[in-house]
Amino acid sequence: MNHNNKFLTFVLQQASLLLFVGVFLVFGWLSPKFLTTNNLVNILIQSSSIAIVAIGMTFVLLTAGIDLSVGSIMFVAAASAGKMVLRGMSLWLAVIVVIFIGLLCGALNALFITRLKILPFIVTLATLYVGRGFGLWLTETRAMNLPENILQIGTARIFGIPAPVLIFGLMLALGHLILTHTPMGRQIYAIGADREAAQKAGINVIRILKFVYLVSGLCAAIGGLVSIAQLGAVSPTFGNQKEFAAIAAAVLGGTSLFGGRGQVFPGTVLGAILIQTIENGLVIINADPYLYPLVMSGIIFLAVFTDSLRHGILSRARRRWIRTEALDSLG
Amino acid sequence: MTHSFLQFDGIEKSFFGVSVLRGISFTVERGQVLGLVGENGAGKSTLMNILGGVLRAEAGTMRLNGNVFKPKNPADAMRHGIAFIHQELNLFANLSVAENLFINDFPQRRWAGFSVIDRRTMRKKASALLATLELDFSPDTIVENLAPGERQMIEIAKALSAAAQIIIFDEPTTSLTARETAKLFALIERLRTAGIAMIYISHALSEVMQLCDRVVVLRDGVVVGTGAKTDFTIDQMITLMVGRKLNQLFPVRTAQPSAEIALAVRDLSQPGIVKDISFTLHKGEVLGVSGLMGSGRTELGRILFGLDPFSQGEIVIHGEKLSAASARQNIQQRINHGLAFLTEDRRTEGLMMEASIADNIALAALPSFLSTGTMIDRTRLQTALTNIAETVQLRSANMQQQRVKQLSGGNQQKAVLAKWLLTAPQIFILDEPTRGIDVGAKYEIYRLINELAERGASVLLISSEIEELIGMCDRLLVMRQGEITDCIGREDFAQERILRGALQTSVPQR
Repeated sequence: MNHNNKFLTFVLQQASLLLFVGVFLVFGWLSPKFLTTNNLVNILIQSSSIAIVAIGMTFVLLTAGIDLSVGSIMFVAAASAGKMVLRGMSLWLAVIVVIFIGLLCGALNALFITRLKILPFIVTLATLYVGRGFGLWLTETRAMNLPENILQIGTARIFGIPAPVLIFGLMLALGHLILTHTPMGRQIYAIGADREAAQKAGINVIRILKFVYLVSGLCAAIGGLVSIAQLGAVSPTFGNQKEFAAIAAAVLGGTSLFGGRGQVFPGTVLGAILIQTIENGLVIINADPYLYPLVMSGIIFLAVFTDSLRHGILSRARRRWIRTEALDSLG
Repeated sequence: MTHSFLQFDGIEKSFFGVSVLRGISFTVERGQVLGLVGENGAGKSTLMNILGGVLRAEAGTMRLNGNVFKPKNPADAMRHGIAFIHQELNLFANLSVAENLFINDFPQRRWAGFSVIDRRTMRKKASALLATLELDFSPDTIVENLAPGERQMIEIAKALSAAAQIIIFDEPTTSLTARETAKLFALIERLRTAGIAMIYISHALSEVMQLCDRVVVLRDGVVVGTGAKTDFTIDQMITLMVGRKLNQLFPVRTAQPSAEIALAVRDLSQPGIVKDISFTLHKGEVLGVSGLMGSGRTELGRILFGLDPFSQGEIVIHGEKLSAASARQNIQQRINHGLAFLTEDRRTEGLMMEASIADNIALAALPSFLSTGTMIDRTRLQTALTNIAETVQLRSANMQQQRVKQLSGGNQQKAVLAKWLLTAPQIFILDEPTRGIDVGAKYEIYRLINELAERGASVLLISSEIEELIGMCDRLLVMRQGEITDCIGREDFAQERILRGALQTSVPQR
């Protein structure tokens, strides 16, 4: 029985990795085109955008918060970037302005959450609609075709590495460094575990909460930019429901919705690539497009389900033992 | 003129117009352990929260080294060398020991232009701190893998790492084993020699007598006694605390247990937890369960109530054997069989702290207060709630509005009891029902237990206080390492014999 339990614990802890391998095997088996270098690089490029957004989301989830507005921030960022470039603004200036817009959106969320003490769920649900509305007003609900120079970023290679992947790698390294190697990062985990205790320990909780929503806003804006650089257009549904993909990526990667648990590397990154892999695989095996949302919802359910299973099993496994005989038999 | 190290002068504080502290004045010196005692609700925690920067006084001044001291927040108090070791520990279970120690003060170094945590220095400093406390686990251990006693030591290590000059201990021994307690006391001795001032809050008056140099007794927000330890006896302290003399700590029960068996347990085993547990509990009996922490007494209660599974043996309630399937984990069925369970941790397991008193009490019995089969019959429930509150003498101005969080420990425990009484149970499993509650409230809980037994209910009383078990029980089971080592009838009760059964071969050191 103990061996069974150990096995289950292992499976749950490595759930995302096992799923990852499983998905690759299944699609590879179903289609010979799937496991080609070309396609795998494609998957990596395509997943960059959502992975970057999910990195920001991980910061927020670790504090036991949530940011539902990231899809809308992507839209606002993409729409304003397109608008500015179409009016002849230099591309790089537009990028800087868009990054600033992302930070501004994050700051708005942070302000309502920390100063007015409104629940993150409610605040970001509101900013989701505000952002969507603002973006639709900007684009006049029309699709916007972007000039070539934006698409060039999407296809450019630096030292042989596709630019989107490079940006993704950079954000990942930065995110991982902050979470694991800086005081701020560890304090984010502390707040997620016990906010009141964090306050009593003298941690500046407000400052850190502001920080995570800023990071999430910034990541969403950059994610939006990386996405339009690949698509070359901004449609009125751009970024729609990407918040769920980002949350699913983080949770699939082992980040807990209860806060305090998870990491961007390898967790969230694996989760994001996994989601993209499944989408890519469905295209390659010519699945019915109407099935995509069903598969997607299945993944989200699976992610949340493993999260709660993991929660339960781990806490049961950690129960203290009284009789030493059991410890002996455990080895 | 020489001044005291820490001086309280006329501290006042009130909540919602009710005055909690009324002109508190006393002093604490370096290298001194001051025992702060008083019933729950006497104002001890409020006063310490003011010192720790959690609350602000409305009048009066605190002086630290002669300077007026007004901490703006806990961090500010910490900077002034005040460490508050709360009863509920403030640790982050998901982080390592070292990270917990330095959570607000990480050693840092520069790396590629970033200021990053210097893990090597952090680990070295943490190891050194753990070594001074003679703790033998790695600084990389994740805190959730540590025992409660070990976690408490981390809090103390934290205080030391912050170079605390004043350490406040709030009920530090309630979750410690005998060995851990001895270790803590030895540590307090060393801190005393090092010139650190300590304020020690405890309901365990014998500990206060053993440890403290001076004692301050609070009652209803007023200092009613202060002086050197030698000026007091435990009885005097109790008298001061309650303001009346307690003739006996335990009420007398007149009724005898009947021969009828309410609960029979045969050869109950669960690998790693309990082994071959057999006993009977009669109607109208109070059966004690003694043992050190980690002896399996709490786990036995949890298995009986269906919170944890068992692999072998049987449980027979009122002559009805629990079927193999339901014997696993089925709490609803246990409740239907008339079982009730008061957990040892009422804050997290026994109560919904944020909910109202009424909601808490009604919780377990709600199914029996339905009118048309679906809707709650509010009037009937209200009457029942009022009656039950009266039975347990739970005093509250407004049970619908007042949240359980705002009650004192004693009244919280009464709320848990009331909750179960409403389901009209026949068998009570009480796990540490008087932990962390004051002398007066304890007496009322004892009186309630006796009343239950007299009305024919059976009580399994799990406790770490031997005096309580001797005072309350008809018979006593002693547990060690998940086994019953002794069963003692009332006429043979003796502290030595109980302790012997609890310790047997594994005598704790010191």
